[in-house]
Amino acid sequence: MMPAHGPDQGSSTPTGDRDRTDGAAGERGPARRSFLTALIAAPTLALATRIGADALAPQPAHAVVPSLPAPADLVDLGDLFIVAGAPTAHLLVLRVETDGIIHFRLPRTEVGQGLTTAVAMLVAEELDAPLDDVRIALEDARPELLFNQLTGSSNSIRSLYGPVRQTAATARARLVAAAARSWDLPARTLTTRDGAVHAPDGRSAPYGSLAEAAADPGLPVLPAAPKPADRHTLVGRPQNRIDARAMVTGRQQYTLDLDVPGAKPCVLRRPPTLGGTVRSVANLAAVRAMPGVLHVVTVRTGVAVVAETFGQALDARAALDVGWGPGPADALSDADIRSRLRAAAPPPLLPPLLTGHVDAEFDFAFVSHAPLETNCAVADVRSDRAEIWSGLKSPIVAKQTIAAELGLPADKVTVHVVQAGGSFGRRLFFDAALEAALVSKACGRPVRLMWTRIDDTRHGRMRPASHHHVRATYALGQVLSFQHRVASAETDFRHGLGEMLTATAASLPAGLGNATFAQTLFLTTVKSPYHFGLTTQSLTEVPTGIPTGSWRSVYSANTRGAEEIVVDELAARLGKDPVAFRREFLKNNAQRAVLDKVAAEGEWGRALPEGCAQGVGFHEEYESRTACLVEIDTRDPEHVRVTKAVIAADVGRPVNPRGLEAQLLGGLTDAISTTLRAGLHIDKGLPLEGSYSQFHYARQRDTPTDVRIFVMPASGEPGGAGELGVPAAVGAIANAYARATGTKPRSFPLDFDVDFTPYPR
Amino acid sequence: MPSHTFTVNGRSVTVDAPDDLPLLWVLRDLLGVRGPKYGCGVDVCKACTSHLDGADIRPCVVPVREAAGREVTTIEGLADGDTLHPVQEAWLEQDVAQCGFCQPGQIMAAVALLKRTSEPTDADLDAIANICRCGTYFRIREAIRSAAAKMR
Repeated sequence: MMPAHGPDQGSSTPTGDRDRTDGAAGERGPARRSFLTALIAAPTLALATRIGADALAPQPAHAVVPSLPAPADLVDLGDLFIVAGAPTAHLLVLRVETDGIIHFRLPRTEVGQGLTTAVAMLVAEELDAPLDDVRIALEDARPELLFNQLTGSSNSIRSLYGPVRQTAATARARLVAAAARSWDLPARTLTTRDGAVHAPDGRSAPYGSLAEAAADPGLPVLPAAPKPADRHTLVGRPQNRIDARAMVTGRQQYTLDLDVPGAKPCVLRRPPTLGGTVRSVANLAAVRAMPGVLHVVTVRTGVAVVAETFGQALDARAALDVGWGPGPADALSDADIRSRLRAAAPPPLLPPLLTGHVDAEFDFAFVSHAPLETNCAVADVRSDRAEIWSGLKSPIVAKQTIAAELGLPADKVTVHVVQAGGSFGRRLFFDAALEAALVSKACGRPVRLMWTRIDDTRHGRMRPASHHHVRATYALGQVLSFQHRVASAETDFRHGLGEMLTATAASLPAGLGNATFAQTLFLTTVKSPYHFGLTTQSLTEVPTGIPTGSWRSVYSANTRGAEEIVVDELAARLGKDPVAFRREFLKNNAQRAVLDKVAAEGEWGRALPEGCAQGVGFHEEYESRTACLVEIDTRDPEHVRVTKAVIAADVGRPVNPRGLEAQLLGGLTDAISTTLRAGLHIDKGLPLEGSYSQFHYARQRDTPTDVRIFVMPASGEPGGAGELGVPAAVGAIANAYARATGTKPRSFPLDFDVDFTPYPR
Repeated sequence: MPSHTFTVNGRSVTVDAPDDLPLLWVLRDLLGVRGPKYGCGVDVCKACTSHLDGADIRPCVVPVREAAGREVTTIEGLADGDTLHPVQEAWLEQDVAQCGFCQPGQIMAAVALLKRTSEPTDADLDAIANICRCGTYFRIREAIRSAAAKMR
């Protein structure tokens, strides 16, 4: 099935479909002819935090030294999201129109992860409607949703799976009730399929014909519950993206494709060092007189040029002669950062005397999020109100902050969430939206603000650099202890997560209540899947003044990636095969199942030419687990390539296996990039890298020609999946590289030469 | 201001613009043709890939004067009405797109490749340098192979 949806898919547009007027805050547009708005008070939400059942269940007797459950085994960050969102989970808005089209307003964003498709599947499933009849629009910022409008931590499906199905099931019950009353038949005798209610006598009524009657508040409605999973006909089966046709025809609208009347192109000239300030502009009059230039205004982050076209704005930006003040990290370069991180994660003091041990230190460079759509926003700020359009994963905080900065009441600031061209964590922050609002206010007109690629790479946020010290001890074939000290440049979480964690502090395992914010994040996301005896993982954050943010899988890509390398080295010390060793020390059979799957499908141990090798990695987070097996070809040291990848994932209950495969493919490519070549060099307060010619995110020639992904059968509730694929693949690639080259990979990316001439500052 | 007349997706257009204004901004800002995306502005990411007289170009580095009298095709002009180009069909079949931002450029690059050769080799596919930050490369590869087979 190839659904063909119009351009209203995914985002509020300033023209055309006025979908955005149907928010729960009330009708702002013209009255509709008729509709059903299901503002469902979900009777009960099964939100009891699961207590890491897998980790705590009795295990078959293994001759291993068991590890106690880690905090993330008990309550992970995703559980906290669910707890925080529960009080507002019933505020979902679903509407059935008289034409039978079902509209659902999604309080999350779509950045490529396929969420709108998965949610459309859940809605269609519970309503027994064709998927083509479901439209998903991204909800404007709704502060009353509190913690329930943040897209992150692989949590959307986990937190929405129950509430969305409950909402759609309740809507279905109302449609059935309307038909029952119309036909004077008991509701329990009626069935639903193909977007219609059917009676035993053969009569049927399409949903559209019932929409008006179903909206009657006096309608007697039977209690509704979502279908049991074994009756799913759509959920759990591979489905293509609902927005695929819009994307391949160029009709998918991103922020800067919107036609906001009067909004003119805008770019900023930014300082030569991170966080630098504008002191003066020497040639303001001359630049204002350049062709097409409409405004030149100074804002906190730089000098903004508004022009008739982006081409002219870019020319004027280049011509600006700006005097700059210093930023907070002007003296900072990679060597300083590395030594500060090393000092913050010293090796354990006492070297073990009676046991063997593996000691390993790792360094990971800063990494750009580098979504292909650069940071951008449209803003229309008037004296008494403002309207913002941007790709936002945390729109409520964006709205509140922008309102405060503009000096407007929050309810006078409308923030539209627009489907975005990638995020990888970047769009948790709303800096472009804030900038656009300030520029629009300063020049008194709507603007379309775009970051250049070079600015996006240099002045955007980054995954923090980190340093790791791992020590594992072993004796008599057993791993006795596993200690991992992480020092990381501070990660900025000031996009609403702090408030959420505070609100859910009561749900934290004992002992975590007084941990710092970052440590809480670390300890509720990072855990070891192995019985390695006494296991400790700790984080020390080092403030650097460099703008950072969560990057797909946050701490896990580096932390668990490094651990998977140590696992291979431990296996070698104990004279064991890496797969057999993992099988022995993993904690449960669900974990072993994905490992066994890649070992079998990937023909683990098959002969490869010298310079080529296999590597394997495992990772578990957010109630999901995955294994990755890769083959690498290092015969050309100038072009090391992962040639094949086999991935298996058990996410509890996959909603859309095809979308899940896409996420795992993306995680693999992220791991290839960051392990082999993609990183940022910090030099005197600014990254050297400026574009994809310098920040070496993988291209077609760097990626495998053979990729096989296996989604394990459903076994429970949905786990997280958006970030799952990265850490196991990091481990697999590094381990394959180690075997192919006979080296011990320690510093990432592995090939990190400055092989380019940096752009001028 | 110089005037430039050329064809965009079968429609004749005339724009007043500086000679050296990149075609990308003429398309996006003056003509409202927004399928071609900005990703770098320096012919590195190739997200804006479109066709000039049937050959692939990166409009971010092509001055508008070079389009005069010629035929520009963007992603919007690839399908024949509601009938998609076989490469677009293959993209749907393989469910290639994730965020979708690079895909207009990827598709236009693939169409240009299949004009040059009906049997693309691995090296031909590796030579497509368009960045996909979501990392959909394997599905792109499969889609081009599938389209090539159907177009032969």
